Amino acid sequence: MPVPDRYEFFIDPARCIGCQSCLQACAECDTHKGQSMIQLDYVDRESSTQTVPVVCMHCDSPTCAEVCPADAIKRTEDGVVQTARKPRCIACNNCVLACPFGVPKMDTGASLMMKCDMCYDRTSVGLKPMCASVCPSQALMFGTREEIARLRPRSKAGTTLQLGNQTIHTKVNVMVPDTTASHIVDVTAAMYEPAIGHEMLDDIFSEHMDTGE
Amino acid sequence: MNPSDRTPALDLDTIHAFGPTRAYQSGARLDAGVVPDALVKTHCCFCGQQCGVQLKVKDNTVIGIEPWYEFPFNHGMLCPKGVKRYLQQSHPDRLVNAWERTGDSSAPGGFRQMTYDAAIARVAAEIDRIQTTHGANAFGILSGASLTTEKTYLMGKFAHMCLRTSNIDYNGRLCMVSAGAGNKKAFGIDRAANPWDDIPGTDVIIVAGANVAECAPITTDYIWQARERGAKVIVVDPRLTPLARTCDLFLPVKPGRDTALFNGILHLMIENDWLDHAFIDQHTVGFDAVAAEVRAWTPQRTAEVTGVAEKSIRQAAEWWGTAQSSFLMHARGIEHHSHGVANVLSTINIVLASGRIGRPHCGYATITGQANGQGGREHGQKCDQLPGGRDLGNPEHRAYVAGVWGMAPEELPQPGVDAYEIIRKIDRGEIKGLLSLCFNSVVSLPDNNFVRQALEKLEFYACIDFFMSETARYAHVVLPGSLQEEDDGTVTQLEGRVIRINKAVDPPGEARQDWKIIQDIAKRLGRSHGLEFAGPREMFDELRVASRGGVNDYSGITYEHVEDLYGVFWPCPDTVPDGVTPVGPRGTPRLFEPGSWNPVARGSGPFYFPDGKARFNPTPHVGPAEDVDAEFPIILTTGRVVSQFLSGNQTRRIGPLVDHYPEPRIEIHPRLATTLGIVDGDWVTAESRRGNCTVRASVVRTIRPDTVFIPYHWGGRKSANQLTISAQDPISKIPEYKVCAVRVRRAEAPPEYAASLEPQQ
Repeated sequence: MPVPDRYEFFIDPARCIGCQSCLQACAECDTHKGQSMIQLDYVDRESSTQTVPVVCMHCDSPTCAEVCPADAIKRTEDGVVQTARKPRCIACNNCVLACPFGVPKMDTGASLMMKCDMCYDRTSVGLKPMCASVCPSQALMFGTREEIARLRPRSKAGTTLQLGNQTIHTKVNVMVPDTTASHIVDVTAAMYEPAIGHEMLDDIFSEHMDTGE
Repeated sequence: MNPSDRTPALDLDTIHAFGPTRAYQSGARLDAGVVPDALVKTHCCFCGQQCGVQLKVKDNTVIGIEPWYEFPFNHGMLCPKGVKRYLQQSHPDRLVNAWERTGDSSAPGGFRQMTYDAAIARVAAEIDRIQTTHGANAFGILSGASLTTEKTYLMGKFAHMCLRTSNIDYNGRLCMVSAGAGNKKAFGIDRAANPWDDIPGTDVIIVAGANVAECAPITTDYIWQARERGAKVIVVDPRLTPLARTCDLFLPVKPGRDTALFNGILHLMIENDWLDHAFIDQHTVGFDAVAAEVRAWTPQRTAEVTGVAEKSIRQAAEWWGTAQSSFLMHARGIEHHSHGVANVLSTINIVLASGRIGRPHCGYATITGQANGQGGREHGQKCDQLPGGRDLGNPEHRAYVAGVWGMAPEELPQPGVDAYEIIRKIDRGEIKGLLSLCFNSVVSLPDNNFVRQALEKLEFYACIDFFMSETARYAHVVLPGSLQEEDDGTVTQLEGRVIRINKAVDPPGEARQDWKIIQDIAKRLGRSHGLEFAGPREMFDELRVASRGGVNDYSGITYEHVEDLYGVFWPCPDTVPDGVTPVGPRGTPRLFEPGSWNPVARGSGPFYFPDGKARFNPTPHVGPAEDVDAEFPIILTTGRVVSQFLSGNQTRRIGPLVDHYPEPRIEIHPRLATTLGIVDGDWVTAESRRGNCTVRASVVRTIRPDTVFIPYHWGGRKSANQLTISAQDPISKIPEYKVCAVRVRRAEAPPEYAASLEPQQ
């Protein structure tokens, strides 16, 4: 049974508190127990507590599948990009290197590429994925478009990402402030923006505090 | 004594024999093909939010968790501790029999196995010997707030009725007591005023001294929901916590100056007439004295004392002062002070001045810390307390509870002393025997080198624990107790909602449910009268009677209602006077609603005083007990990380949680680090007048440059509480974990433990 059409996955990095509950829950998923398929990193811990969770974006034209020489990576009819088919995967690592989000992981023991399959065992029977179920800040949210519009009126959902010359359409939504002009999230452009927060933090923790004055 | 003479040993033998070791998923926990025998609906064993969760059980082992979407507090959400808590069960370190410390150096840690029956016999004999020789009060009890309410009730009854000792206290003394005392002084009742559902939809939220994202992670979503609807979020903290990162206004208060900050905000509310005069006139007393107190707290002076910019103080006062609805919440950050009660009262003063309480989306709450931090502080294991929130020093209260227990009121002991004073009494030789349950004092108490020294003086110490905690190593007899998932009962979570803990598995080997151990000791003493409960339900039913008519009235709460309604909010009296609307089966989700009845005011007003009015309390600013000076020029503050819980006795044995944040690090601002010649990752020694601790540096811009931070979840040489001060609040007796003076230097060499201990040890 496919993922119910009405339910979608939303990522809202502004909400992320870095607790790693998603990673811990991901390792409880029946298809890859003991291993997490999620990356969660500090952007720049010296300057900020900002963290970003990365789950598979489930691209319409998955780069991982496009570069796979063995045609091992399949996308279901409802748009979920799956872990490589074991009989086909040759563990060449092409997908790991090519994915713009760094999602696929090579399980060298099993000689198999593994990745987030949006908890297909759960979503296909109407349950939420583990990560979005537990996420305490709901930076990872699984619900309907109506719900997200009602609950988060100050944000809008985007499914088009720009990475250099590559435009990627994804099944997973990224939440951006509703004041954002473009409907495209330009990922590479953001990488060249100055590191967040330095000036503001220097203002908050100003030099007059050094001596406790 | 020179601090260097007091450093703890590495305890390598004991650690080798008893852990802590790290458990990971293996066997049935890793096998996706295993179908669980049962899914048990219960709650997390860790913090005060008590998230609903289902435990997957197979062959008496908890093999995993499944979100419990229907439970209305967390809707399936869990923090990483809640996801991985199941790995504490069937753990290789688990104590499955009793141990006796013989001093035989060939045995690991000097311990040898003994039978359960022999252990009970020895504990009873030592209690009898010590009490016969030195008097009833020479035997003390330290209990805990992670226990079910039934167990905490039993512990109070065991101390007061069976042992007749005054000296029982609990580890909520390190957690909830400043909030509790402040709430009782201002409102006459100690409970969050509002359910968390009141957070979304409010205009302004103040989070004071609460690292919500790490210590109460699920509350984050409530705050984010409010923000989505336009709420302004103000965070008061010396560290830019994950929640503070995107708040609307961050007030980086200097540790120990919270009262000054809130006095300054009230000063501006008065100056600008941002007051609810009708509410102040009709529902409060004491405003004029508080107004006089804050008159001197001009924005300029407030800024000077608190280290918060004047413009930020003005902005906070304006947003709070002009809001239509608001929610103020605080936690240990303002409570862990030698003036913690004053800090709490200073926040309550700005709530009362606003008049925004007792209505939807107008709220106030402390964020309770421990699993049963609420229920565990209500029913008689506090040193001055009897069930129902009654007072051990009040003749009427004594008479009522003595009647329920079938004893004469004069047979009840007089009020005792707080947990730290119990340690001091041990040190002075006034208390010679101790029994502890759920209290890892050598990790969790401040100045723990002193604590260790005191425990070594005990003639006899019995410790009930499921693991050989750092404190259990000091016991003469260790009795194998029960994990949360091995027993039934109730707890009361941070909203005041009573919920059911359901047993998922049996205790292994000779381990027993804690209440059975206590009753077995009482029986062996020949004093089992009143301690012959068949199980938690019987205890709860007696607790309902014992609490009836008290402020913390549970008489109308039944296990059935608790399960059917996803919890019942106390107060929930089963009887009210004629003409008063009875409380429904769901209890009282929101306190202080207009026209509400309570047994103290008896209809004269919504607050729990005879006149029904809330109390303003003047809160003169008093600095920390130990301020910085030339010798110790830097402020140390302590706290938690998201992947560990309290003393770490459980979470330091859960591999995936240890891996998340393996060892304590000291957070230092880059400007301070540069001054000290420290770079990120360096070994750094922090030293106070009481001890020192060498840990790696985390150089971050998210902390005040005059302050360093070390999380306190580790024991031995990694323990931040080697440094902290045992100064206490004069009313609540909470220790001052959040401020002491230290000096910091780059370590010449890695500490001895680095080569011999694993991160969690």
